[in-house]
Amino acid sequence: MLGSMHRNEGVPLIFELGQAGRANRYFEEGKPLDAFLPAEVLRDELPLPDNSELDVVRHYTRLSQRTFGIDVGFYPLGSCTMKYNPRVNDAIVSWREFAELHPYTPDELAQGALEAMYELERSLSSLFGMAAFSLNPSAGAHAELGALLIAKKYFKERGETQRDTVIVPDTAHGTNPASAAMCGFKVISLPSNPRGRVSVEEISRVVGPDTAVCMMTNPNTLGLFEEEIAEIAAAVHKAGGLMYYDGANANAIMGYTRPGDMGFDLMHLNTHKTFTIPHGGGGAGHGPLGVAAPLVEYLPTPVVVKSPDGTFHLEFDRPKSIGPMRSFWSNFAHAARALAYLYANGEQGLKRVSQLAVLNANYLRVKIAEFLETPYPETCRHEFVASAQTLKREHGVRALDLAKALLDFGYMAPTIYFPLLVPECLMIEPTETESKETLDGFVDALRKIVELAKSDPQALFDAPVSTVVGRVDETRAARQPDLRWRQQP
Amino acid sequence: MAQPENLLYSKEHEWVSLDGDSATIGITDYAQSALGDIVYVELPKVGSSIKQFSTVGVIESVKAVSDLFTPLSGEIVEVNSALENDPAAVNREPYGAGWLLKIRVADPAEAKALLSPTEYDKIVHASH
Amino acid sequence: MLDAIGVESLDELLRVPDAIALKAKLDVVPALPEYLIQRRFDRFAEKNAGAGYRSFLGAGAYRHYVPPAIAALAMRGEFLTAYTPYQAEVSQGYLQAIYEWQTYICLLTGMEIANASVYDGATALAEAAIMALGATGRQRVLVSRAIHPNYRGVLRTYCDGLDVAVDEIPFTANGTTDLDWLANAVAKNAYAAVALQSPNFFGNVDTLAPEVVARVRESGAVPIGVVAEALSMAALAPPGSWGAQIVAGEAQSFGVPVAYGGPYVGFIACSQEHMRRIPGRLAGKTVDNAGRTAYVLTLQAREQHIRRERATSNICTNQAHCALIATIYLALMGRTGLLDAAALNLARSRELASSVANIAGVRLKHSAPFFNEFVVDVGRPAAGVLAELQQRGILGGIDLGRCYPELGSCILMTATELTTTGDINALAVALEEVLHARVHA
Repeated sequence: MLGSMHRNEGVPLIFELGQAGRANRYFEEGKPLDAFLPAEVLRDELPLPDNSELDVVRHYTRLSQRTFGIDVGFYPLGSCTMKYNPRVNDAIVSWREFAELHPYTPDELAQGALEAMYELERSLSSLFGMAAFSLNPSAGAHAELGALLIAKKYFKERGETQRDTVIVPDTAHGTNPASAAMCGFKVISLPSNPRGRVSVEEISRVVGPDTAVCMMTNPNTLGLFEEEIAEIAAAVHKAGGLMYYDGANANAIMGYTRPGDMGFDLMHLNTHKTFTIPHGGGGAGHGPLGVAAPLVEYLPTPVVVKSPDGTFHLEFDRPKSIGPMRSFWSNFAHAARALAYLYANGEQGLKRVSQLAVLNANYLRVKIAEFLETPYPETCRHEFVASAQTLKREHGVRALDLAKALLDFGYMAPTIYFPLLVPECLMIEPTETESKETLDGFVDALRKIVELAKSDPQALFDAPVSTVVGRVDETRAARQPDLRWRQQP
Repeated sequence: MAQPENLLYSKEHEWVSLDGDSATIGITDYAQSALGDIVYVELPKVGSSIKQFSTVGVIESVKAVSDLFTPLSGEIVEVNSALENDPAAVNREPYGAGWLLKIRVADPAEAKALLSPTEYDKIVHASH
Repeated sequence: MLDAIGVESLDELLRVPDAIALKAKLDVVPALPEYLIQRRFDRFAEKNAGAGYRSFLGAGAYRHYVPPAIAALAMRGEFLTAYTPYQAEVSQGYLQAIYEWQTYICLLTGMEIANASVYDGATALAEAAIMALGATGRQRVLVSRAIHPNYRGVLRTYCDGLDVAVDEIPFTANGTTDLDWLANAVAKNAYAAVALQSPNFFGNVDTLAPEVVARVRESGAVPIGVVAEALSMAALAPPGSWGAQIVAGEAQSFGVPVAYGGPYVGFIACSQEHMRRIPGRLAGKTVDNAGRTAYVLTLQAREQHIRRERATSNICTNQAHCALIATIYLALMGRTGLLDAAALNLARSRELASSVANIAGVRLKHSAPFFNEFVVDVGRPAAGVLAELQQRGILGGIDLGRCYPELGSCILMTATELTTTGDINALAVALEEVLHARVHA
């Protein structure tokens, strides 16, 4: 199993390896800095270690071997869409013409980059039924913030400043309420009905003259499609509010419906989920922000526009815009990767993506339902939830224990304890790029683990045993925060 | 388990020990056990005025946060600064070293809105 | 698989109510086989001629030397295709790398705490300001007008959402923040934060003098230091040394390509007292159940997935992979490499400055100490001069008139270790031609 040979040896920190005299010669030796600057603006010391390139290469190779990615094994992390990341996309963006293009390059010398961004923007708008997209936001949460700033400005200009409330279902991602708070909105949490969905009655009860935005994902984080979404959107619109689509789960709908068709006015897409941009251990992400026609003028600056002569430009002068959201225009390298993925699939290919993602999730659901509770036993979309509630009651084994045991079988654990309304929740998303053999292997492993939970629960409490460390003491980490290395005196 | 007899309780699982116009406040054993390992306690500033049942602080465990409500109005005269380095005291001794704050009570009559040990015991058992 | 599920067709699994079913004809780029995707991108690449020009562009995005060992390591699939390290036991490597990154940022900035990254330098400033709002309970921030215009723009966007006012401190004729003006402004005790960038947008070292820091602290405001050119920290006194309590910056210079604007990597560092207000992920060192050293994401109760609408920020996905690149860059460079790089940046930029200042009608606008960029006054509209340099295959710098109307004849020029003497000579010759063409005509 992963790195088991090194279980008893930690890896020293780069700061503990370094020694004087091991510097690499990337540059000719520089003059002393006080030849250029007055001493009072210079720093006293630069307390960083020197390491030979070989030592650095070995160090980070070892760290990579202690890290689990999609390339290592099955990664069924719910709501994160951990599908295969095609290497051609990374190869393309490493080309000098993209990697070394400075953001302040005059438009006429960056036409290729601008055209690529424009093509992506147009395709996304069509694919998701929006009037326009901004490629600026750096991640889903960043786009949520942008969308709510747009809503705030839109209502302000309409003289509807009393609209100070954002509605989020109890299954929503935590970023939704946090983004609302960053725009000064109050947050109402909407309970799901027993079918795991938002009901039209419930939404009609809470909307009113104070409603600004209702934020939803569809399918929701239980993996269930909100069939009444058009009626929900109508109720919100009737009250004068806007509908926001959290695109984290867009992998389930392509080719079948579009947020625009469902009645959403604003949305984001996590291209680092649906469009295979590598997540890189926590970003960089990329969260294009889509809007319906009445909101286009409010998009963050700059916007890529096409002139009548066929050239492309960054447009900064947009009086109604909420303003810029980032240092420079876009995570361009990610926009280019997303476009390459679009080219690899086209419209029919993306429909196939959603079909296989939903097929894989349902296959996994019925197989796992043979030995573990699935609280919503009906057709799911790209993901579904299972629960360890009974195992916990009868054997003391929690979702956390199942998750840790899966690590010993060489699988990444599903998302656990989310959404909050399902006790002992495991949220499982296989994605379309996994084979039936991989899914069957995962089912077998989970089946064995559940059997073990009944016969030998202690074995699960001790898991994982084959990883480089055992269960990590999170309480100690939080009570005595140690967030950096320090030189021992 | 039975609740300590000499204290009053709130529905939000705080306890109060009243001594004239001074009150010591903490969270109950049930509350600390439900929260799990407490890692940080955010308490109000000494000298600030607080209103009955309003939020006055936050208690954090590894993966949860919980508001701290004051069971009585008054002025903060002392907070348990030892919890800064030892938040685990709230888990270990919720009624002793894990106390949270002391206030000068503004209106002793407010205590009528609090629960007796028996009444609180019923709430705890109902939530099982 | 359909049999196992008990359905007849894929459409049965994906069916949606008719009212919302896709009926429109889509306009999506066509599907291509992989070799033709590369050909399509060849066509885009051909139209990015600017990547091959002699360039003196900087202003928050810097071309520096990137050792190939970085890509060889960072592009390993284990790193590249991991998600945020929620399962610590199979993420020890990445978590340790984040811990190393946090340490590097603390050592470079002179601060106690650093986070796992934020989107970029501009959002780092906005998030730093929000930390100060929370710490002080105030609703106004004060920022130097010599901070990068894009950073100030993003700060305004964020502050609009929170109904927070942003006031700006003017700069002096010498291109540094007007500290007298600042000292008077903070006397009203109204500001949550006072932010300065050093080197500032004009390239000049721009910090608070000790007596001004004291005035700012007395007023209750939090001093924020902004760093847009991270490599400058190898040479200059770190923000922690002049009194910044929060540092917001951009680490693109550490091995991350300029890539037409992103992804880059923002960082936030702070003093101990602000630890619980810092946004985003934090990796911490702890032990496992057998007492072995282990790393884990910690202080998570600050974050959106737990604290929801009361979180310190909404940030979830950050810039982990760019932070990894920067960490590997710093490890490879070490103290020696960073000092050599800093010395080369100082040397080349001074070579460039004296070369252009020798041209009649051109003068250096400021005399403050600078790192690798500086302002040149060419005595006539900069936009026209830059356009003519462009005709000669040179991107001569940034037209400052775009953001500072009073600097319409000024260009911000940058030289790094990658700028050659040939580049500098070519610019000098071209600039001479452009400015004095009428004489020859």
